[in-house]
Amino acid sequence: MIPELGNFALILAFCLSVLLGFIPMIGAARNNVLWMSLARPLTVGVFVFLSISLFVLGYSFVADDFSVQFVASHSNTMLPIYYKITAVWGGHEGSFLFWTWMLGGWMLAVCIFSKAMPDEFVARVLAIMGLICVGYTLFMLATSNPFDRVLPFPPADGADLNAALQDFAFIIHPPSLYMGYVGFSVVFAFAIAALISGRLDAAWARWCRPWANAAWAILTLGLSLGSWWAYYELGWGGWWAWDPVENPPLITWLLGAAMIHSLAATEKRGVFKSWTVLLAIMAFASSLLGTFITRSGLLTSVHAFATDPTRGVYILGFLALIIGGSLILYAVRAPQLKSEFGFGSFSREVFLLANNLILVVASAAILLGTLYPMVYQAMSGGDLISVGPPFFNTIFVPLMGILVVLMAIGPISRWKRTSFAHLRAQLGKVAIAAVSLGVVIPVLLTMDVPFGTIGTAVLALWVIFSMASDIKTKIANKSSVVSGLRSLPVSYWGMTLAHFGFVMTMAGACLTSIYSIERSVLLQAGQSAELGRYTFRFEGTRYVEGPNFIADEATIVVSRGGEFYKNLYPQKRLYVASGTPTSQMGIDGRFLRDLFTTLGDQRENGAWSMTVYVKPFVRWIWIGTIFIAFGGILAVTDKRYRQFKVKQSEKVARDNPGTTLAGEIV
Amino acid sequence: MKPHRRKKLGIILFIAAGLGTAIGLSLYALSNNIDLFFTPTQVAAGEVTPGQRIRVGGMVKEGSVSHSQEELEVSFIATDYNNDVHILYAGILPDLFREGQGIVAEGAMRVDGIFQASRVLAKHDENYMSVEVKAALDAAGQVPGMPQGAN
Repeated sequence: MIPELGNFALILAFCLSVLLGFIPMIGAARNNVLWMSLARPLTVGVFVFLSISLFVLGYSFVADDFSVQFVASHSNTMLPIYYKITAVWGGHEGSFLFWTWMLGGWMLAVCIFSKAMPDEFVARVLAIMGLICVGYTLFMLATSNPFDRVLPFPPADGADLNAALQDFAFIIHPPSLYMGYVGFSVVFAFAIAALISGRLDAAWARWCRPWANAAWAILTLGLSLGSWWAYYELGWGGWWAWDPVENPPLITWLLGAAMIHSLAATEKRGVFKSWTVLLAIMAFASSLLGTFITRSGLLTSVHAFATDPTRGVYILGFLALIIGGSLILYAVRAPQLKSEFGFGSFSREVFLLANNLILVVASAAILLGTLYPMVYQAMSGGDLISVGPPFFNTIFVPLMGILVVLMAIGPISRWKRTSFAHLRAQLGKVAIAAVSLGVVIPVLLTMDVPFGTIGTAVLALWVIFSMASDIKTKIANKSSVVSGLRSLPVSYWGMTLAHFGFVMTMAGACLTSIYSIERSVLLQAGQSAELGRYTFRFEGTRYVEGPNFIADEATIVVSRGGEFYKNLYPQKRLYVASGTPTSQMGIDGRFLRDLFTTLGDQRENGAWSMTVYVKPFVRWIWIGTIFIAFGGILAVTDKRYRQFKVKQSEKVARDNPGTTLAGEIV
Repeated sequence: MKPHRRKKLGIILFIAAGLGTAIGLSLYALSNNIDLFFTPTQVAAGEVTPGQRIRVGGMVKEGSVSHSQEELEVSFIATDYNNDVHILYAGILPDLFREGQGIVAEGAMRVDGIFQASRVLAKHDENYMSVEVKAALDAAGQVPGMPQGAN
């Protein structure tokens, strides 16, 4: 009976989102205040019923209601309670409900934090998100209802949650990834609402920026958690595989990064308006594409859900409708968005444009590599191919290198026109210091000429020194350093932190690729393997039992220079209900390097195969992303985004989009 | 032409040149980095050049897996039930590797007709069969021995 309530709530959420998609939209077109005012209550209604639906699904898991098909195939009585609850997003149907609920959550957030915006605009934004919600809920009701039953003979016990998912990261990675992903639909709705109303000015950009920053920052965390999880769970010692399902979130992330930079120029200078809107549409489209790739089963991947052609067709249709519709609207309306072109060929605008070009080219190349196997298969009549990591690295690494070079120049250059003398004064010493220290330090440390490391060090120091120099110039005429640092705007700190994080991630990725070593060996108990400065001695295995698995746990004694360092305990697990084996790594994670051990299989003579890794700097990749995300969130808290009434002066600004609204920024 | 139009044109040309170069380089990189997939039947028909990096997929033949006792090396046979490929691999096999399971191996054919794998992939979900393995079995006219998309 309870699951029917969930289904019923889902149907109600669908009906309310249909109302939300049309009534406020028509109200805004006809200037009907009553119809527009329905947007907020309807949004709350959609959110409440989606929440009930999600809660009921969670309850069905906790109560072991195996008459629900989705619960029966993703849970088990022996599953620990925290995995029972989170198993809600452990499969296609439930995760899509969770995804839709996230959309409801963002809609509610728009409702709450939109007091400063005109009602007409809020009505349009919420109506567009309502239409997206219609698509999602209809998809669930039509092709993948999480409340489908196995009646009249429900199974006595469930098939268990996929063993690879039973891990702490599974509790946090999907929510953060989904939240970031779905957040881009807010920016998309803002962009479409702007196209419909024709209002795209500095105020619009200022309303839009916190949402874009927030969604992008959360997506950063989601991606990073996914990478960290893949690293310690899947056990191939890598942190990014250019997997067809990893790529779409990265494409969205890159387009999102382009968009937040372009939005900055739109807000401050009234330039790149139609480009910003196009980026918002593309970022959202790429998030839908990610959904399509994961849920259609067209591509081979570790993430792929079980295949069902009708789902793929539905999502593809939805994608075509949304993208086609918004691009037509864009084609009709974009020429009316007048951008200013008052900037010289050497200005912050131009550097931001170059940033955008690089980010968009990088995402286009990744998209090409991801979709190419599908296209090839269709064109060649069924021949299967795969595009390997070398392709992605060849394109991505040089592009990011150029991006980092520009990352030092962009923030220092001035809007409108930057004199070469200004840049030379600011960056001359920085360049000399970065190049000399970037060459000398690696050479002294390694007593060699490691080109990759030198390149990485020079680029990283180039950005870090330029940030330090910029801060120093900015606080030069303040009474003390502390008061100077305090006087810098929060959004400036946000940018600086995010840039620092990006450099750290980049440096970690390069250095770990250069210096990681690994060795696969077959060891009897008591034998040991040398790797780098470390000796790994295998002490044998013992039998251990978990709540729903049994395992062989190896003891590996690590010593360095003959002295005991640490014990590592990798496991080979067997999940009893599903009969699935998984590996649990033994990891020693430090700021400067990881030791990583993974257990293979046992041979008849008792020997175990195993791989040991030493991975320097690998943690920098994830620590850097924390800085990026924190910087993004910090920028949202800048006081100019706080609520302020829509003033008459903004209406003036609409006619003069080039002028900054300095007077209003409190 | 008005100055701002000229500037606009300049920007558009700049973007077009950037995109053009990027697409050209991407396609060039792509042509060097695609791995073709072969079924055991195609391998048996001699379609594979030894030394070329390819992917081979099929079901792991029952009773064919043999582990060396002294070295890491594992040898097994991948089959589409019409033809077999003998595969050698020195490394840790994925958790879900087992007899009767679909796998994809990445590597190159040796001159003696044995496939030396550098990587072996198995799926992370028991019920899910790789698109590539399914295609291999379909091509050989065999019905896959496991349920498709059970969840």
